[in-house]
Amino acid sequence: MGMIKGTVDWVDARLPVVNAFKKHMSEYYAPKNFNFWYYFGVLSLVVLVNQLLTGIWLTMFYSPSDAFASVEYIMRDVQFGWLIRYMHAVGASAFFAVVYLHMFRGLLYGSYKPPRELVWIFGMMIYLALMAEGFLGYVLPWGNMSYWGAQVIISLAEAIPFQVLPFVDGADAAAMGEALTTWVRGDYLLSEATVNKFFALHVVAIPLVLVALVVLHILALHEVGSNNPDGVEIKKNKDENGIPKDGIPFHPYYTVKDLVGVVVFLMVFAVVIFFFPDGGGYFIERPNFQPANPLATPDHIAPVWYYGPYYAMLRATTFSFLFDAKTWGMIIMGGAIAILFVVPWLDRHPVKSIRYKGMVSKVSLMLFAVFFLALGFLGTQPANNSFLGLGFTTWAQIGSFYYFIYFLVILPFGHRFEKSKPVPDRVTGGH
Amino acid sequence: MSKDGVNTSRRTFLIGLTSAVGAVGAVGVAVPFVKSWLPSARAENAGAPVQIDISKLEEGQRVVREWRGQPVWVVRRSKDMLEGLDKLATEEVLSDPESSNTNQQPDYAQNPYRSIKPEVLVLIGTCTHLGCSPTYTPQPTVQLEFGGFFCPCHGSMFDFAGRVYRSVPAPTNLVVPPHSYLSDAVIIIGSEEGETA
Repeated sequence: MGMIKGTVDWVDARLPVVNAFKKHMSEYYAPKNFNFWYYFGVLSLVVLVNQLLTGIWLTMFYSPSDAFASVEYIMRDVQFGWLIRYMHAVGASAFFAVVYLHMFRGLLYGSYKPPRELVWIFGMMIYLALMAEGFLGYVLPWGNMSYWGAQVIISLAEAIPFQVLPFVDGADAAAMGEALTTWVRGDYLLSEATVNKFFALHVVAIPLVLVALVVLHILALHEVGSNNPDGVEIKKNKDENGIPKDGIPFHPYYTVKDLVGVVVFLMVFAVVIFFFPDGGGYFIERPNFQPANPLATPDHIAPVWYYGPYYAMLRATTFSFLFDAKTWGMIIMGGAIAILFVVPWLDRHPVKSIRYKGMVSKVSLMLFAVFFLALGFLGTQPANNSFLGLGFTTWAQIGSFYYFIYFLVILPFGHRFEKSKPVPDRVTGGH
Repeated sequence: MSKDGVNTSRRTFLIGLTSAVGAVGAVGVAVPFVKSWLPSARAENAGAPVQIDISKLEEGQRVVREWRGQPVWVVRRSKDMLEGLDKLATEEVLSDPESSNTNQQPDYAQNPYRSIKPEVLVLIGTCTHLGCSPTYTPQPTVQLEFGGFFCPCHGSMFDFAGRVYRSVPAPTNLVVPPHSYLSDAVIIIGSEEGETA
């Protein structure tokens, strides 16, 4: 015992390990009333570790210059390669699932409101990095959907309206768009050069950024303290020792609680990995079991489910005004993601938590969730179907319209049309 | 830090100058990193012109060849197809019937049939919406009165000159690649050294 303590003391005199443990774990006071929704932060961390670990192992066998065949090699010849790859591929979907739920928790309880704006912004940057990471990763197996998905996404650069710049006319703008796509591809077409580049970005550049952002997200959170389902600031009620009366130490209370959530999550994760590793075509799409073929477009190009909502918006944009529909599609898709960054300033409701907000907030948030899921579904479906007499494109247009209405009208002004309940001084529940 | 005897204006000037030189250096250092993303010499070589023999191409038939990784279509159009194009041009169903968007074809293909020879159509076979490859639809359908090309991804439609219909996602006509005739039977894609008129 003495030797261990001696070692810890020796290190602590040189590096603030004890202090850091106290600050972030044993003396980080989290509200005592966390509920189910508070699992998804730690679960994101679990999935991140899973992605890093399985990702590092996959790089040991994957080769970007022989991409499709090396993935088949991993699946068939490498000992347990199939498991590591499925953990990684399913992990990508799991990452988005827990992150979407984590973000929805923020909307539910107003977790982005002051003083947590930076926590939210770092979170959104993580989400953005994650989308880039997911896209780059989906290209690497170099199946036919990898190829055509990349073709569609990279060609978006050609829709950038460079003609708004001074001294640039339409022809120059088109040439600039083409030059930009050539630069991104590193070739006149999607090729090995592109896969090599995406591999480097996917395994080195973006993960570094991602991990740094996660650190910033948690540091910013621990500076201001966690929100809770009541939206009550626990730091306003401290005891004589300066400890929030409604707070409990993160360790051991929430570490133990989170362990339960992690175990349940891993059970679900394992079921998917072992029984539905391609998610019925939603995690790994069927055309991706064929090698990339530049001369044969799959009948139906659809993104993986987690990009569905934005892809649906892109596709649903059919109007042209000043710019053509393709450019507007890109602007609307980009705007839909950009708008999330300013949510802390769009929401002017005096109450944080949905628990004490009125009917307008409750119903509109529910509708938002329904439309977001619906857009996600529509993004993965062929556009020429219909539902309740309306074409899928029309539905996607309605959904996209509501998405922006929710952020630009309901969040800023919704509170004027409802009566909120009084917010208690102390948190409720949690013993 | 003591400020006694400090020449602040000189200090500001030196800080500004150092930062500016540093910024120029940073831009200089960025050049190789940015330029390395452009196509390599090997990729540039691979983008060389491609020859297509059309002597065996029947009326109404299409061949597909790869040029710079893109599908290039060559269709020998029948008289009916050409008449259909004439009719379509007068019906106000096309976005750009006159091919006035000059990015979409070389000058020598800016004519009613968008080709050097009326019967031979040469196109890049990728949709101008998001780059899918439209399906060759030689027979008339409900939507394509005179036949043409139908994109399975998002439903864009083009006629037998690659001209885009109105109210579809694709904004512009299909691209006519730079090409020329080495002889009556051989087209070269990506080079204008042969006959272009």
